[in-house]
Amino acid sequence: MSKFKRRKFLGKTAALLSAMVAAGFISTSAMAMDATTTGQAVTDTTVTVGILHSLTGTMAISETGAQQAEKLAIKQINESGGILGRQIEIIQEDGASDWPTFAEKSRKLLAKDKVAAVFGCWTSASRKAALPVFEQENGLLYYPTFYEGLEQSHNVIYTGQEATQQILAGLDWVAKEKEAKTFYLIGSDYIWPRTSMKIARKHIENVLGGKVVGEDYKPLGNTQFGSTINKIRLKKPDVIYAAVVGGSNVAWFKQLKAAGITSDKQTLLTISVTEDEVLGIGGENLEGFYSIMKYFQSQNNPSNLEFVKEFKAMWGEDSVMGDVTQAAYLGPWLWKAAVERAGSFDVDKVVAESEKGDIELTAKAPEGYVKLHPNHHLWSKARVGQWNKDGQATVVFESELIEPNPFPAGYQ
Amino acid sequence: MNFVYERLLGGKKGMLGLIILAVLIFIILPLTLDMFRLSMVGKYLTYAFAAVSLVLLWGYGGILSLGQGIFFGIGGYCMAMFLKLEASDPESTKIQSTPGIPDFMDWNQITELPWFWIPFESFGFTVLAVITIPAIFAFIIGFSMFKRRVGGVYFAIITQVIAVILTVLIVGQQGYIGGINGITDLKTLNGWDIREDSAKYTLYFINAVLLFAVLFIGKFILTSKFGRLLLAMKDKEDRVRFSGYDVANFKIFIFCVSAVIAAIGGAMFTLQVGFMSPSFVGIVPSIEMVIFAAVGGRMSLIGVVYGTLAVNFGKTIFSETFPEIWLFLMGGLFIAVVMFFPNGIAGVWNKYGDPQLDRLLDSKLLSSLKTAISKNKTSPVEDNK
Repeated sequence: MSKFKRRKFLGKTAALLSAMVAAGFISTSAMAMDATTTGQAVTDTTVTVGILHSLTGTMAISETGAQQAEKLAIKQINESGGILGRQIEIIQEDGASDWPTFAEKSRKLLAKDKVAAVFGCWTSASRKAALPVFEQENGLLYYPTFYEGLEQSHNVIYTGQEATQQILAGLDWVAKEKEAKTFYLIGSDYIWPRTSMKIARKHIENVLGGKVVGEDYKPLGNTQFGSTINKIRLKKPDVIYAAVVGGSNVAWFKQLKAAGITSDKQTLLTISVTEDEVLGIGGENLEGFYSIMKYFQSQNNPSNLEFVKEFKAMWGEDSVMGDVTQAAYLGPWLWKAAVERAGSFDVDKVVAESEKGDIELTAKAPEGYVKLHPNHHLWSKARVGQWNKDGQATVVFESELIEPNPFPAGYQ
Repeated sequence: MNFVYERLLGGKKGMLGLIILAVLIFIILPLTLDMFRLSMVGKYLTYAFAAVSLVLLWGYGGILSLGQGIFFGIGGYCMAMFLKLEASDPESTKIQSTPGIPDFMDWNQITELPWFWIPFESFGFTVLAVITIPAIFAFIIGFSMFKRRVGGVYFAIITQVIAVILTVLIVGQQGYIGGINGITDLKTLNGWDIREDSAKYTLYFINAVLLFAVLFIGKFILTSKFGRLLLAMKDKEDRVRFSGYDVANFKIFIFCVSAVIAAIGGAMFTLQVGFMSPSFVGIVPSIEMVIFAAVGGRMSLIGVVYGTLAVNFGKTIFSETFPEIWLFLMGGLFIAVVMFFPNGIAGVWNKYGDPQLDRLLDSKLLSSLKTAISKNKTSPVEDNK
């Protein structure tokens, strides 16, 4: 934190000096005048944003990458001259893996610190807790996680994929490529896996003409998958379709391997495992299985190579970048683009620009190319990655650009 | 008059303590804090209900409950169900497949309001439920435990297990009670927008008044014959039993009372914070409530209010200033309290503050007042001792 304090001090000193220099030039542009009169924490040389992730508690392991990516993006923006000539300052708060804390800290960032935007939240539960605060205080949240959809708030930009963008393309791929007809669905027991499975089931039954032979939900943090594994052995599905979340994955994949269910005999497709989780699971335990994501660290394009290099330079050689980390990195850049078009940090104006649906990122989009849709979500491609022993995935399939549709008709 | 002075206010010293707390909560905090901080204090004061309930149950009754979160949660959920129904009118939920039911039900393919939600459309029923449901629940637990003479650490473990069961139930039944997300996005109470600043202000004062009412009830109980029996049971349960008292009934009663007090806190929490989630029901919040009581001093009704405020302010300030290491600082604080001030804030006060106060009270300045009001100096149960 002291780093930011010092930066603030330096910023203030710089502000003072530049104010003295600029004293003669009263003709400030109308644009800059506008930007400082919105009641937000914006001065002539700085703009303050919030970062709100869990630094402690059970979610810290997942959320660390996201907040690191956001800091990297903000650092890069500052180095390239900031936004509307202003350097970005960060106020970081700890959500502590506790949903009410997310609500309290959101209120602090918006009502007290008057930040111009917040980058944060990870689980749906934390977003649901913070959302009423953002709507009431008219704040702006960039939310990085792939999630269940069924939401479109004026005050949130969703930089991860919603359920249909991840699920449908992956199921189409596995049905075609592996000629899969029977599916076994397993997930953690909360809103995201349940909604995702609901969409998956409709797609399997109505579009692919396949069959769901089993559907199981385990509590968050569960480590006993014996009964599920027995049922899988009995039903012999063509595909195991998994949305097991967080630490449970370690037990799930180890027990699968111990039961002899490995990738040479069984196709497994998961929508909840990124490079971050693989770090905990161990590449050897899920070698050959598939994940559907929109981003994999191994993607070979100039923006991604640059991103991986810069990320490792800032946060260490051993760090890995998963899907959510990448989506979090997009947040500050999308915000910058919208603010610069609006010529203002005013939330309504920034949202209005974002809703025009033509903000694109290529050079700063490690996943390749993204475009912001008027419904606050991103156009993105679904990619299927096959896991290797070293914890990295080989991309074996890439879809066309998919339109985000948070309220899919026929899948409700 | 004498009854009120001696028993409810706790004599001169007790009254002074109450007045200082009242001045702090009703005057100083609202005048010095901005709306954001004040609503945080309002939230903390709802935890103080749970801490006060533990003074009665644990401090005096000697019954350690590691499951006060159960009752805090039940109270909070009752209120949240009412508010959620009001927020889910067909107009504002028209994008759902089934308009007019709470959004999380719609996400879980439920097409009809479950039967146990229907009574919560009435505010009267909700208020009644906040008080009676926890009392009934506590009675069932208490009856089956205390009648079999289950006590001490076994009772603590069982309450903890029940807290876990309830959490698992809520998380598992997300279609019916919101699951891990909890019940969120609450808007109005009988048409009154509880998210407005003015409403938060009003709710803060309602909450503070209720807290004082609970403090008076607590004092009343502790200074009654029942309060003395409670203390006697804590020290030598068998002697009380052999004297012909039915110990179990007393325990059940105080357990029910403490459940209701915690539940009122929960309901006020929902009103002020605008949502309820299972993270207030489980083991961690229940133990936090015990920590509030321990830091404040578990034998002091007023002390635990300060304890709750101190711990929560510490949490907020540490986590805002040092977001990366704040948990270590909190841990250090708890270790320090246990090592150096085993009786909490109230203990420190008794050791250093109280003698000073005595001297002050005995001085000529106040002796005129003393003779004017009362002759009997000691109240049956002196606060903080």
